[in-house]
Amino acid sequence: MQKFSTIALLVSALALAACNNPDRAIGGAGGAGGTGGAGGITSGALGDPNDPNSVAYFNQKIGDTVRFVVDQSSLTPEGQATLSGQAQWLNAHAGATAIIEGHADEQGTSEYNLALGARRASAVQAYLISQGVDGARLKTVSYGKERPLAVCSEESCFSQNRRAVTVIGAGAGV
Amino acid sequence: MKGNALMNRFLAMAFSGLALTASPALAQQEPLHIEITDGVIEPLPFAAPTFVDEGGAGDIAQAITRVVVADLQGTGLFAQIDPGAYISQVSGFDQPVAYADWKAINAQALIVGAVTNSGGQINVKFRLFDVFSDAEMGDGLQFGGGEGDWRRIAHKVADQIYSRITGEGPYFDSRVVFVAESGPKDARQKQLAIMDYDGAGVEYLTDASSIVLAPRFSAAGDRILYTSFESGAPQIKLMDLASRSSQSMGALQGNMTFAPRFSPDGDTVVFSLENGGNTDLYSMSLSSGQMVQLTNTPSIETAPSFSPDGSQIAFESDRSGNQQIYVMSVRGGEPARVSSGEGRYSTPVWSPRGDLVAFTKQNGGRFHIGVMRLDGSEERLLTASYLDEGPTWSPNGRVIMFTRQSPGASGSAQLFSVDISGRALKQVQTEGAASDPTWSPLLP
Repeated sequence: MQKFSTIALLVSALALAACNNPDRAIGGAGGAGGTGGAGGITSGALGDPNDPNSVAYFNQKIGDTVRFVVDQSSLTPEGQATLSGQAQWLNAHAGATAIIEGHADEQGTSEYNLALGARRASAVQAYLISQGVDGARLKTVSYGKERPLAVCSEESCFSQNRRAVTVIGAGAGV
Repeated sequence: MKGNALMNRFLAMAFSGLALTASPALAQQEPLHIEITDGVIEPLPFAAPTFVDEGGAGDIAQAITRVVVADLQGTGLFAQIDPGAYISQVSGFDQPVAYADWKAINAQALIVGAVTNSGGQINVKFRLFDVFSDAEMGDGLQFGGGEGDWRRIAHKVADQIYSRITGEGPYFDSRVVFVAESGPKDARQKQLAIMDYDGAGVEYLTDASSIVLAPRFSAAGDRILYTSFESGAPQIKLMDLASRSSQSMGALQGNMTFAPRFSPDGDTVVFSLENGGNTDLYSMSLSSGQMVQLTNTPSIETAPSFSPDGSQIAFESDRSGNQQIYVMSVRGGEPARVSSGEGRYSTPVWSPRGDLVAFTKQNGGRFHIGVMRLDGSEERLLTASYLDEGPTWSPNGRVIMFTRQSPGASGSAQLFSVDISGRALKQVQTEGAASDPTWSPLLP
């Protein structure tokens, strides 16, 4: 069994900690205060969705979300098309960073869904990197089944919850 | 099964005898005994007159009696006879037992107790009688403590009675740490809380500012491991229960870490660590900080649980294509597959007795809590619902508590318990929604 370098873990730890957004879904902008060390609180306008340089354009026109098949983390053709658009935007806005959130539907156990959400977020990250986005600008996090988008217990909701969302950081300078 | 008369007579009366190993002659005067693993037909009728107030006890005597009765009835193995049917009254702890009167109402067991309260110090004593043997079962016992300890003392009395009749270890005097939930389904707030095993005496351990998941007791009951989103990503934290202070686990900061569990000696933590989208199992010594990677595959390995002797780890992996349960050495290496039935098997938890693993099974759109032997044999599904998951064992390895989530927009999670034969399924009463229970060891 290989021994693990705690140094390596710490390095990636610090990198991730640098742009975390604690429990986004709890209390909206939640938790920004008091976290993130020296950086302080950042803010940025979402802008006009008709402005291709805006975060709102990224979220709504390109689409910040891709969906997944049950228990899968491979990207669908539609998902790849959305991500190509995301990559173009990110390549055009080199100051922007993003956290990719992976989610699962409720039809699974908690621990497994955390791991599955991580697979999904990682699949999105890998695709964006393959399209030329610098990996250092992309962090991942999994929420497992903790933050469903749709709350019914039917496939119509489950399909919306099996998702990865690319969240552009505030203060992206766009 | 060497036992007393009450034990064996109970066995004769109450059990269908699934695993009685050909107990001969279950006649009326055989020693009475409840075999938990068998299918009970009829719970054992018992009488528990309100404990005698021997001075200053007041309402506490009644309250203690109620908790003793609730503990015993809650197992599904015992049924209190309506006190209105009692022919004899018990007005003194040492008065002679009118066996004939108790036989006449078919009370198999009689519990007589007494309480004193002297300046806030209470003393509780009890005797258990095997009515149809005209004899006391075991010796009378007394417990002392502060007024505020009355519930714990009642649980200890009930534990004694339960153990004497079933031959099993006690478990009522124990606590459960769980996740108290509030708020809508798409923005659920979660905080850690601790309560008695029966839902009484809830205290909150964390606030609701971050998602918290899956607390796990140490074998000594002094610490819990859990997963918190406080840093923005799931991270394992360690809480000292006496001081309520939590700390992150040193070297793990920043990676997504989750599903932690203590080794039986409390020094090692086994957990899942996600790296580049892939989740493997690691162990870490709390004293030396040394970390060891236990699995190294492209599949998901999570939900590890130590064997009670600390030599093996049960876990789930989807390496076969879907979630299944495996067992490996604490040093890692090639695992042996345990589960083999249809569907997915996950969240294995080793019984404190070492004989069984409890698990979650997902099949055909339903979830089950089940138990099986470590070789995968004798699988028994104990529950079925829209979503059952996350079993935790009672200290005696005879009862399982778990999370049951109801479907729909207004669906919420509640704690349920069931015994290992699938009997006595019931909701554990909590103020609000609750999930992810972890059962403490028996309190000292």
